[in-house]
Amino acid sequence: MIEWFSFSMMPALLLILGGLVLPLFKGISQKAYSLLIPILVLFCMTQIEAGTFGEIDFAGVSLAIFKVDKLSMVFGWVFAIMALVGNIYSLHISDTGQRVAAFLYMGSAFLVVFAGDWFTLLAGWEIMAFASAYLVFASRKEPAVKAGFRYLMVHIAGGVMLLGGIVLHGLDTGSYLFGAIDGAQEGGIAYTLILIAFMLNAAVPPLNAWLTDAYPEATVTGAVFLSAFTTKTAVYVLIRTYPGAEVLIGFGVFMALYGVVFAVLENDCRRLLGYHIVSQVGYMVAGVGIGTEMALNGASSHAFAHILYKGLLFMGAGAVIHMTGKRKLTELGGIYRTMPWTVALYMIGAFAISAFPLFSGFVSKSMVVAAAAGDHHATVALLLMLASSGTFLHTGLKLPYYMFFGKDSGLRPKEPPINMLLAMGIAAFFCIAIGIFPGPLYNILPYAVDFEPYTGVHVTESLGILMFTLLAFVLLLKYLDPENTVTIDTDWFYRRGATVFMWLANKPVALWEKTIVTLADGLGLNTLHRLSKHSQTIDTHVVDGAVNGVAKSAMKGGRLLRRLQTGIVSHYILAMAIGLFLVIAVYVLVEGVL
Amino acid sequence: MIGKLVNFFGDKKYTTIRWRLLIVILIIIIIADFMVDRPYIHNFWDAIPGWGALFGFFACALIIFVSKFIGKKGGLMKKEDFYD
Repeated sequence: MIEWFSFSMMPALLLILGGLVLPLFKGISQKAYSLLIPILVLFCMTQIEAGTFGEIDFAGVSLAIFKVDKLSMVFGWVFAIMALVGNIYSLHISDTGQRVAAFLYMGSAFLVVFAGDWFTLLAGWEIMAFASAYLVFASRKEPAVKAGFRYLMVHIAGGVMLLGGIVLHGLDTGSYLFGAIDGAQEGGIAYTLILIAFMLNAAVPPLNAWLTDAYPEATVTGAVFLSAFTTKTAVYVLIRTYPGAEVLIGFGVFMALYGVVFAVLENDCRRLLGYHIVSQVGYMVAGVGIGTEMALNGASSHAFAHILYKGLLFMGAGAVIHMTGKRKLTELGGIYRTMPWTVALYMIGAFAISAFPLFSGFVSKSMVVAAAAGDHHATVALLLMLASSGTFLHTGLKLPYYMFFGKDSGLRPKEPPINMLLAMGIAAFFCIAIGIFPGPLYNILPYAVDFEPYTGVHVTESLGILMFTLLAFVLLLKYLDPENTVTIDTDWFYRRGATVFMWLANKPVALWEKTIVTLADGLGLNTLHRLSKHSQTIDTHVVDGAVNGVAKSAMKGGRLLRRLQTGIVSHYILAMAIGLFLVIAVYVLVEGVL
Repeated sequence: MIGKLVNFFGDKKYTTIRWRLLIVILIIIIIADFMVDRPYIHNFWDAIPGWGALFGFFACALIIFVSKFIGKKGGLMKKEDFYD
């Protein structure tokens, strides 16, 4: 019997079809609907069992549409929680388009984490790119539309690389089932193309600039969804396909520090947070590269914790932008007086990302660092600790100081709408609950956990790093004042580099084209004219002459034959008799000779 | 309550108390770091009491100065209308 239903297909189906149906609802019923669907998704998550569903044989190729195991469940659970939190946060908006885009985006992210074959994955990957781009376009300002366009172009390029990689990989191995890519293929075209496509979505430098370019331009609510899904689905597929690929260790560590350095220079509050997505995803990418069970557990659990605390931080910064209309640190400050709840909830996210004891980052990030230390990657562990200090410095100190405290900007905004605070409260609850009781998170990780975060030395060492970072921050505060600048990142190559490209197109390439055209017009075209004249002469004299000659001969022969046709029957009979006589004479002669 | 707590960290009149509180916390952390068990020594720094404190302070200073140096001398920080 063909199985036709499995709960593994439900989250993607509910969100994608639910998103398409959503415009039929208006006003309050649309808002209720936007909460009902994520609640149903959470219910489905409790019912999903590990296994493969939708195995079909298509044109001789075995496919499996959905596949669920412990690793995909970790991401599925946190996606489902974030779907509900994000929708509560955006309950006040009445922009149907944004809601539909967010639903399609989340649904396609589920399609990726529950994909059983490469084609399901590709479908999810592409829908994600388009749906998420809408969340950038939806703020409708000119810089947002431009940034959204760049975002889309970069992701389409990534999607094409992924498609190319998948086809080549399928031809090499004969299988389109989604799974680990054999390390023996390292250096091959398929291996490299897929790796680059995945690294692009994980925002690994130099392929990171799409993130910090577009996320700050997105709508307040859209950025919350964006911060959760794209980079984390990329982490998921990296864990699945490239565990232990050593090249990722170097990239991961570089990323963790890259984000920290750029965050020092940044003035836009959400762009600063964007650089810390890059930095935090660096820990996960490094974990994938180390590839031990503990490192992969660390990468998975850190992704889980990260989605919630980063969502919370984006919600906090978004609340400030929503209430003040300002996004630059140089224009903010002193608003703690009227937004204390926003400050407190934001700070819970900041403590979580900084890995303070009793907060979620402490139990997840340290697993990656410990895996590096335990696997004889001392330098890696040390550099990741350096990035930890930078994380607290920016998201925990610099950003809240200049956004909420610091110089008084004179702004006196109210607290954001209650739904925003509620969503932040739920995310904050998880940040603390995971930090105090890591057991339930550890239990759902792909491998058995043999790690105890709360040892005396780990707590005192972490507190030492963090609190002395605070001391240095207070002493060096004057060097950290944000400045009214933009920072050049690798997007320079397609923003300014594009003008170089246009110059190349307008000057040397155009000149070359003109030369070719002139040559073709002069030398080429004249030769062609002469050639065609000659062939016309040949045509008239030789070909036509021959045809006419044949026709004239046929006409002469016809006239001759006409004379023989007298119309008298006795002449015809005589001709037949002579003919018969000749045939018999020939026959007798030939017979006689033989 | 939340309002008062947040106000304590923002209001200038608590600056002295905040400093004293910070110093007390820093001292407690260092003392605690000297007293804890160190069952696993994976790397050299695992054996040094007070390592976290030292590392945190210099890491923070290093990040600030190196980043600003790269930003200013490396030409990464540009005027806001750079791309317009």
